[in-house]
Amino acid sequence: MTAPPPDGAREFSFDGRAIAFREGQTIGAALTAAGVTSWRTTRITGEPRGLFCGIGVCYDCILTVDGRRAQRACVTPALDGQIVRSDDPAEALPLTGEVDG
Amino acid sequence: MSAAAAPRSDVVIVGAGILGAAVAYFAAAAGLSVTVVERGSIASGTTSRCEGNLLVSDKEVGPELELSLYSQTIWRGELAEHAPQWEFEAKGGLVVSSTERGKRALDVLVAHQRGLGIRVDDVVDSAALREIEPYLNPAMAGGAFYPDDAQVQPVLAAHHLLRLARGHGARLLTHTVVRAIRVSAGRATGVDTTAGRIDAGAVIVCAGPWSGEVAALAGVALPVLPRRGFVLVSEPLPPTVRHKVYSAEYVENVASSDAGLQVSSVVEGTPSGTILMGASRERVGFDTAFSPEAVGRVARAGMELFPVLAGVQIMRTYSGFRPYCPDHLPVIGEDGRMPGLWHAAGHEGAGIGLSVGTAKLLVQSLRGEPTDLSLEPFRPHRFDERPAA
Repeated sequence: MTAPPPDGAREFSFDGRAIAFREGQTIGAALTAAGVTSWRTTRITGEPRGLFCGIGVCYDCILTVDGRRAQRACVTPALDGQIVRSDDPAEALPLTGEVDG
Repeated sequence: MSAAAAPRSDVVIVGAGILGAAVAYFAAAAGLSVTVVERGSIASGTTSRCEGNLLVSDKEVGPELELSLYSQTIWRGELAEHAPQWEFEAKGGLVVSSTERGKRALDVLVAHQRGLGIRVDDVVDSAALREIEPYLNPAMAGGAFYPDDAQVQPVLAAHHLLRLARGHGARLLTHTVVRAIRVSAGRATGVDTTAGRIDAGAVIVCAGPWSGEVAALAGVALPVLPRRGFVLVSEPLPPTVRHKVYSAEYVENVASSDAGLQVSSVVEGTPSGTILMGASRERVGFDTAFSPEAVGRVARAGMELFPVLAGVQIMRTYSGFRPYCPDHLPVIGEDGRMPGLWHAAGHEGAGIGLSVGTAKLLVQSLRGEPTDLSLEPFRPHRFDERPAA
C-alpha cells in the first residue's frame, strides 16, 4: 500500500500509475507536473505527442478518461479516482453501435 | 534613358494556387520565362481549402472526364517521381447508393464510364460494401468501386510545383497585387502590379473564383463564380475509413446549378488519422461566415454513411470557394476576345486533379503546338457566342 496522499491532495490513475494533482488542474497539467510529457504517438512514424497547443484546439493530447476515448488532456479537469489511460493508436473503433464519446 | 525598361517575361501568371503553380511548372519546364504574381501567399485561396481530390468517378461523361483521365496520366506518369512530396495516395473511391433506384442510376453511369476505359468494380450489395468498408452503414443498397481515384495534399502540391518551376528559372512575387492588365492594340501585353510593371507575351489568369475580377481588369467578362463548400475534420482516429467514400448523390450535385444549399456525403481518412467530411455546396458569393446549417447537414450525412462517426468529435471545420462556370466546364486557353489573355480557372471542386492536365494543354497551345486533347470545349469566350443561325 502506498501512503495516502497528504491532506487535500488528490490522485488519478494513469496507465496504472498514481498521479497526484491539485484541485483545478487539468489532466495534462498534472501529467506534465509529474514528468509525463508524452502519452500518444503519431500513426505512421510513431513520434511522441503530448501537450502542444494546450488550449483544446489541436487534439494532440487526447487520451481515454473513465472509458471515454479521445478526451483532451489539456482541457479535461483532473478528478479524484479517475482512471486515465493513453490511447492505443492501433486499437480499432467498435464495429457496431456508436463510439462512447 | 530616364527609366529602366520594365522587366519582361514570356508569361505572367496571376495567382499561385494549384493552377498557377502547375502552369508555371509546365511553362518554365518548356523553356519559357515565367513570372507568377500572387496577392497573398502560395495556395492561400481555394487550394488550401479543399480535399485534394484526383477523382475519375464523379465526372459525367464528356470533356471534363477526358481531361480528368488525361490529368491522371500526368500525375502518375511524368510527375510520378514527385508523388511522395505531395502525398499522392491512390486510395480508391467507393460510391455508395442508399436506395435500389439510386443503385440502378449508378449502374448506368458505370456502364458509360467503363466504355471510356475507367476501371470500375461493381459492388453488388451491402455485404460486399462492408467488405471494402467495414464501418459503412449496413442499410446501403450497393455501389461501385473506382481503384484509380486518388488524392494529393494540395498545398504541398502547389508549393512543390512552384519549387520545380523556380528550378527552371520561374520568378515568384507573393503579396503582390495585379492592379491592371496592360492592353495595347487589343492585345494583352503585361500587368501593372504593386511591385511595378511587367511586360509579357501572355497574361495567364489562374485566380480561381476571383478570375472574373482579374479578367475584368482587361475589360473581359468571365463568368467564373464562387460556390462555398464546408469540410469537417475529425479528431485523429485509428484506421476507420479506408477509401474515399461518397454517396451517389454527390455526382448529381457536382453537376447541379441549384443556388440553395446542397449536401452530399464525402468521407475519407487521412494519413494523420483525421477523417474529412464533406461536402456542401451553396452560392452565397464570397461570404465566409460559419454556417451551422451547412456544417450540421454535412455531419448528419457523414453519420448516415458511417454511423460510427456519431460519437466522434469534430476538431475543426473550414470552407472554401469552388470556382465554377455556368456550364460546369473550366475555362482553359487563350481568350478569343483578346489575344495575349489566357485563362486556366473554373474547375469547381476538381481543380487539384485537373490542374496538371490543364496546365500541360495550355502550355502546348501557348507554344503553338498541337494539344493532346482539344481545348475547344473549354474556350473562355464560349459564353459570349450566339448560337449559329
